[in-house]
Amino acid sequence: MCIGCKQCEQACATQNNLSYDDTIAGEEYQSAHKLTCILTRGDKFMRRLCMNCQDPTCASVCPVGALKKTALGPVTYDPSKCMGCRYCMVACPFSVPKYEWGKLFPKVQKCVMCPDRVVQGKQTACAEICPTGATKFGEREALIAEAQQRIRENPGKYVDHVYGLEEVGGTSVLLLSAVPFETFGYRTDVSKDPLPMLTYRVLSHIPDFVPLGGMVLGGVWWITHRREEVALAEGRPAEKKNGGEQ
Amino acid sequence: MARTTSFRLTFWKLVLLFLLAAGLYATVIRFTQGLGASTNLSDRFPWGIWISFDVLCGVMLAAGGFTLTAAVHILNIKRLHSIIRPTILTAFLGYILVCAALMYDLGRPYNIWHPLIMRNPHSVMFEVAYCVMLYTTVLALEFSPIVLERFNLQKPLKVVRAILIPLVICGVILSTLHQSSLGTLYLIVPEKLHPFWYSPLLPAFFFISAIAVGLAMTIFESSLSSKHFGLQLELPVLQELGRVLIVVLGVYAILRFEDLANRGVLKLTFRPGYETYLFWLEILLGIVLPLALLLQKRVRTSANGLYLAAVSTVLGFITNRMNVSITGFEGSTGVRYFPKWTELAVTGMIIAIGFAAFALAVKYLPIFPKEALGTEPVAQAEAAGVGNEAVLIHAGD
Repeated sequence: MCIGCKQCEQACATQNNLSYDDTIAGEEYQSAHKLTCILTRGDKFMRRLCMNCQDPTCASVCPVGALKKTALGPVTYDPSKCMGCRYCMVACPFSVPKYEWGKLFPKVQKCVMCPDRVVQGKQTACAEICPTGATKFGEREALIAEAQQRIRENPGKYVDHVYGLEEVGGTSVLLLSAVPFETFGYRTDVSKDPLPMLTYRVLSHIPDFVPLGGMVLGGVWWITHRREEVALAEGRPAEKKNGGEQ
Repeated sequence: MARTTSFRLTFWKLVLLFLLAAGLYATVIRFTQGLGASTNLSDRFPWGIWISFDVLCGVMLAAGGFTLTAAVHILNIKRLHSIIRPTILTAFLGYILVCAALMYDLGRPYNIWHPLIMRNPHSVMFEVAYCVMLYTTVLALEFSPIVLERFNLQKPLKVVRAILIPLVICGVILSTLHQSSLGTLYLIVPEKLHPFWYSPLLPAFFFISAIAVGLAMTIFESSLSSKHFGLQLELPVLQELGRVLIVVLGVYAILRFEDLANRGVLKLTFRPGYETYLFWLEILLGIVLPLALLLQKRVRTSANGLYLAAVSTVLGFITNRMNVSITGFEGSTGVRYFPKWTELAVTGMIIAIGFAAFALAVKYLPIFPKEALGTEPVAQAEAAGVGNEAVLIHAGD
């Protein structure tokens, strides 16, 4: 349905106070000054933008909680919290967060799904401007149902897959495509489970590990020093292993 | 003879000054023009050598601190007591320099304290931040008796000595968490990190190799110090460390290859390619060569043999950390990252400061036992000069 008019790019730039001109329109990749872009492959078009995951990796890895999943869907960013470690950029399975490399104190930039508009019950800027309805805004469940219905009713027209339904545990941006998603650089080999569990599985052991480790180390210390005391009390030289200077 | 000494002294001081000057110039660029102008980092490659070397390797190289304090204070192996102070000094300097490097790498370094009040316990980076802060504090306290002794401050000295054991236990726990968490950081990128290095066992690999490097670094710096400060080499102590190093490297090697085999990656390591060569470089330097050396009794009992094995281990695991954080990402990102001169200059300066600070501390603080250090002015001048020589040796690797 997308005709590649790039009005969404323009609307997105306006919404996020970013400049937009013909040069920027020609860039087919996301960057700190272009949060969504239209990809052209022959006569097919596709958008790239932040997927606003259901269980976002970026929000889970952010040490200061600058990135947050909001109840309505958007994954938002608070630059005043950010310390610029860029772990979100490394961790994001879609490599979405971009950085203002040219600035002295840079911000992370990504599509945040127009949280101000969504809160007011409005559509995202890109969905509102779309002349063909290729970008649609709505409840996730309803959109999934509609996507599946479209696939069912138009056999052969779409790839039989709603991208974002299961990818990394589901995303708030869902995609339908007539050509394989890989054509547009969307990885189809990403995990079906949310990634945050990969690290949390390890992190969640820390509260057990700390007291346990303390007890074990304290115990070992007690034993090794008790041995020495006993040896001293019994008047024989400390064990060879512990020999040396006293 | 005296003339040669003074010539060398000037030369190595020049090298140090050059590294400092280049580093300061790079610092100015970094803090006036930002990361874009001072690094080869990009949206596709957001972490470079400041994370790979300065932070990952820096923390790893400081691992001797917790390994040795645990051996001496917890396991009560008194024979190792004589080398514990230089090891704590190395660890303390290492962590201070890691913090300094972080100030360069963070985009908004003035917010570095934010994890104190903005907590996200689901983030490994949050754990890393806390471990760095707390363990640097612990190291400062473990180091403090050396300074307090120097100025003969008995009261605070008593306090620190009274809490030494709990302090050491905290240090070991924090180090265990911190060393492993640097591996945990990379668990979140199963699709981006090359299968040679992505493994669910990354935290364990980072931890075990940190112990190995901690032992190797202790051998390395004791050997260097004995050569350059005219100390008597504690050869029996180092031989013991060498024996433990065999065990640790053995355990690491078995786990590493079992993991590769389990994940079906082992046969890929025989397919020629960029990643394969760097993988085998890491294995050869970090595991094969040190084990081949240390398993021969003749080599293990000789000062030079131990030194060589230690240097090889350290270089091998530096390669490993660089592979995990740089090589392993080049395939999936399609970027060939090589640091800009400014990145190298800052790293060079940080290493130079480390070595210079070590030499200065040895000169002015009771790091080594008194009887071991020469008290004549000549010996001191030599000590100062050779401390700087170490700067170049390290900067060369």
